[in-house]
Amino acid sequence: MVSEPHVESLALREQFNSAEQQKDASSLGMWVFLITEVMFFGGAFAAYTVYRSIYPGVFGAASRTLNTTIGALNTAVLLCSSFTMVLAVRAGQLGRRKQIMAFLVLTLILGMVFLGVKGYEWNEKYVEHHIPGPSFQMEGPGLQDHAQLFFSLYFAMTGLHAMHMLVGAGLLSWLLYQTWRGKFSAAYYTPIDMVGLYWHFVDIIWIFLFPLLYLIDRHGH
Amino acid sequence: MSFRLFPVEASSISAEVDQLLFFLLAVAAFFTVVIFAAILFFAIRYRRRSDNELPRPIHGSIPLEIVWSVIPFGLSMVMFTWGASVFFRERRPPDNALPIYVVAKQWMWKLQHPEGQREINELHIPVGRPVKLTMTSEDVIHSFFVPAFRTKQDVVPGRYTTTWFTAIKPGKYHLFCAEYCGNNHSGMGGWIYVMEPQDYEAWLSGGTPGATLAENGQKLFENLACANCHKSDGTGRCPDLTGLFGKDVKLADGSTVKADEGYIRESILRPEAKIVAGYQPSMPTFQGLVTEEGVLQLIEYVKSLGPNPGAGQAEGLAAPGSR
Amino acid sequence: MTTAVAEERETYLNAGHGVKSWLLTKDHKRIGLLYLFTITFFFFIGGVFATLIRLELLSPHGNLVSSETYNKLFTMHGVVMVFFFLIPSIPATLGNFFLPLMIGARDLAFPRINLLSWYLLVIGGLFAIFAMVAGGVDTGWTFYTPYSTSYSNTWVIATALGIFVAGFSSILTGLNFIVTVHRMRCPGMTWFRMPLFVWAHYATALIQVLGTPVLAVTLVLVLCERMFHIGIFDPALGGDPVLFQHLFWFYSHPAVYIMILPAMGVISELVSTFSRKAIFGYGFVAFSSVAIAVLGFLVWGHHLFVSGQSLFAGMVFSFLSYFVAIPSAIKVFNWTATLYKGSISYATPMLYAFGFIGLFTIGGLTGLFVACLGIDVHVTDTYFVVAHFHYIMVGGAIMGYLGGLHYWWPKITGRMYPEGWAKLSALVIFLGFNLTFFPQFMLGYLGMPRRYHVYPDEFQVLHVLSTAGASVLAVGYLMPLIYFMWSLKYGAIAGRNPWKATGLEWQTDSPPPVHNFDEIPIVTREAYDYSGTVGQEVQVG
Repeated sequence: MVSEPHVESLALREQFNSAEQQKDASSLGMWVFLITEVMFFGGAFAAYTVYRSIYPGVFGAASRTLNTTIGALNTAVLLCSSFTMVLAVRAGQLGRRKQIMAFLVLTLILGMVFLGVKGYEWNEKYVEHHIPGPSFQMEGPGLQDHAQLFFSLYFAMTGLHAMHMLVGAGLLSWLLYQTWRGKFSAAYYTPIDMVGLYWHFVDIIWIFLFPLLYLIDRHGH
Repeated sequence: MSFRLFPVEASSISAEVDQLLFFLLAVAAFFTVVIFAAILFFAIRYRRRSDNELPRPIHGSIPLEIVWSVIPFGLSMVMFTWGASVFFRERRPPDNALPIYVVAKQWMWKLQHPEGQREINELHIPVGRPVKLTMTSEDVIHSFFVPAFRTKQDVVPGRYTTTWFTAIKPGKYHLFCAEYCGNNHSGMGGWIYVMEPQDYEAWLSGGTPGATLAENGQKLFENLACANCHKSDGTGRCPDLTGLFGKDVKLADGSTVKADEGYIRESILRPEAKIVAGYQPSMPTFQGLVTEEGVLQLIEYVKSLGPNPGAGQAEGLAAPGSR
Repeated sequence: MTTAVAEERETYLNAGHGVKSWLLTKDHKRIGLLYLFTITFFFFIGGVFATLIRLELLSPHGNLVSSETYNKLFTMHGVVMVFFFLIPSIPATLGNFFLPLMIGARDLAFPRINLLSWYLLVIGGLFAIFAMVAGGVDTGWTFYTPYSTSYSNTWVIATALGIFVAGFSSILTGLNFIVTVHRMRCPGMTWFRMPLFVWAHYATALIQVLGTPVLAVTLVLVLCERMFHIGIFDPALGGDPVLFQHLFWFYSHPAVYIMILPAMGVISELVSTFSRKAIFGYGFVAFSSVAIAVLGFLVWGHHLFVSGQSLFAGMVFSFLSYFVAIPSAIKVFNWTATLYKGSISYATPMLYAFGFIGLFTIGGLTGLFVACLGIDVHVTDTYFVVAHFHYIMVGGAIMGYLGGLHYWWPKITGRMYPEGWAKLSALVIFLGFNLTFFPQFMLGYLGMPRRYHVYPDEFQVLHVLSTAGASVLAVGYLMPLIYFMWSLKYGAIAGRNPWKATGLEWQTDSPPPVHNFDEIPIVTREAYDYSGTVGQEVQVG
């Protein structure tokens, strides 16, 4: 890769000796951060696993009330957003400013669509009285009490995921602004790369959440 | 004010735990002395005599590293095995143990004898006889701790935990709550009275001899109209409970479960959790309708419904067998 | 000494003036000092709580404060000392200051994130202080459910939020250290030339990064449960209160190693410098840090032997716990062996190192007792456990921290501390500590439960001894506070390398310049190679 000296010196922070060292450090830092995120969600997944093994029937019944079609649609939306994010990074690598902006906007829109659909689903839960608490209602043996556990975990996990999506959307907006200001070039696009990693990670979390929450009891039905 | 440095040994397990302690103390003392002595000796022997001293470097020694890894590891495995074997005995009550039921709440211990006696913050037991405690909590986690018996078991809401001991020395011993449980945690204590068998019998027959635990359970069983469905001839909508306790029960999902205290408790409070094979999940929950103490009485009642080989065994029960 | 020249030189201390130059600094050395002030503040807050606890326990009948107050005192003592003093103590102060220096870097990889992590600690601390001022919290630092979620009427949410935020401070520090060690080492500084202090911090960072997020999500669940009562840990709704204990100890047992591993790193530096010898078995000591970090994640269940977990689980966790003992033992033996045929100085840091090895030995060996199933059933939740972990955390971590602080004080400030006073305080702390906590082993085996406000008369003698020790200990801790401040103005000028030590941090000026080194060093030798730092090699002994 041909490096452009003036750009390099602009972006190089004083603790680093070279642009390459800086990029390596950023990238490793991001990976380590993602590992902490894995552990963070891991705790919630552990709680989910424990309760699902204690109440398999209840979790199955509660899971069946979720709308698989909408969930699958949302999964597709998120996968598309990951794809457009990859294209944004690629555009960054090539230093094509307009393309970067186009793909970032697309990614942002898809992310917002995902959140919008999620909001619609949450609202559905509200209408159906599936929000844990005094107003919770679910017909069926044992469901009144213990299905709340499923929905507590459902809201905790999808809520944490949505919060990560919001942070991601904020990062995308910041990238857009920086791209617009012409901060990035083929020689320096590390932030796009890093936000890309983050965005894919949030995507992957959903890839785990979707089957665990929506599909656990769909086999054979 | 009494003062002692070592707790009394008042249960069959106390001496075992103390022997284990002495072994660990010996190992710990040995290593402490070796390390302290070595540091002291080296520090004096090789003290810096001039500011320009430069000792010859020594980089290490693989044989030494192996020696001081393997020897401690071997010793620690002895500790593990010994400790685990004591623990194993501590945790597995003998079959003939005298059952006592414990309900803990902020901040008191409520204890029930099968004969019907109820005690608060006091427990009278006979010397020389194994006693098994089945415990639960009405609120937060507590812990049943009798230092003289070297035994401790957390008491957890929503489930049964058990512990057992055989007292070997008559006397009066501290009962503490060892798991922090709120404001009056340190006041949640009491006494264990270990009595000679004849004194214990006298104590049992004294006081107000109410109904036994099982009789109270039967009353509750009738009041809650359990018998409407749990018919003793096996024709009800729900399984017959005769001879149920201790058996393996086949469930609707194909698995089997042993009908112990925890299973019966769960079946009363969360009947939908485990459905007996061949039955519909028609039983309502009794959560809120029956107290933890009531549940224990019901369990004792079910236990008292000994084997009844004449009646048709409810489907789902294992082959009839005597208990 | 060329004092006049030294005073004119630009250092990290005089490079900028005013509050803003400190609060917005990105210099790891200044951030290290910000941490130093912060944790010192919290140490003395926690110390005040400890003092009140010990005073109360002078008498068995609980007549100094009410039970409610007492429960808040031990809770806040634990919360402050664990989350706002011990966990940040060595890594965030000495680690922050010296890790880049020791590997020849100009700064940590992410200076802004480093500053952010200090702000997070302060914000977390403000939440905790708010909770204390508003009325306190009484759940114990362990926040066991369902007491913390459904029964306590105190400021659980504010405290838990504070710990949550401070947790991210710890995560970011760990992340910064990992990346720095991987990517910022100077030319020639290979992994096996790194000082053991750096190895220990690397291992610590692994735990911070892997463990702390689990605590964070556990606290989120506790907060949800407390605010909305949605049944995650509430048995009435089918939840499992013991699940909380598993999640909590999955972090909080490794957290003990976050506290002790950096202290072990300090001790390795001290033992080498003050016996002027390479650490015996460098590779074993380095890898034992990593081994402790990894094994530390497999033993959390030994806190739950009497919680009702299965017999089998208890045995597995007991078995695995003994594995952690081995790397700890390896360290102690290697430090001791390093002294052999060394040139041993009795400077204050070395006295702390001796104290550490001795107290950590006792703390570690009593760890074998509590890992032993048969004994733990009797001693868990008693003063035996209290004594055991104070031997590790106070006898170990704080001795290491103070030793390190004395050792590097000349580098940080450019001035020497008063040696006589320092030796005296080291001795006072050692004696006071043992008098405070040794009787607690006996109390515990006698059956005195922990967190007891009122206790039977027969335990009083040992409690009085313990309180007497605590008052000695308090004096010991106040002395360094005073003479360190005194030394800032009156201490002798230290020079670059007062101990004739080998680390790169000693090759730059004291205090160091803003970018640490005027020229990036190139390393050509192993760590702890003393040839060339002093005169001729002599045969000792």
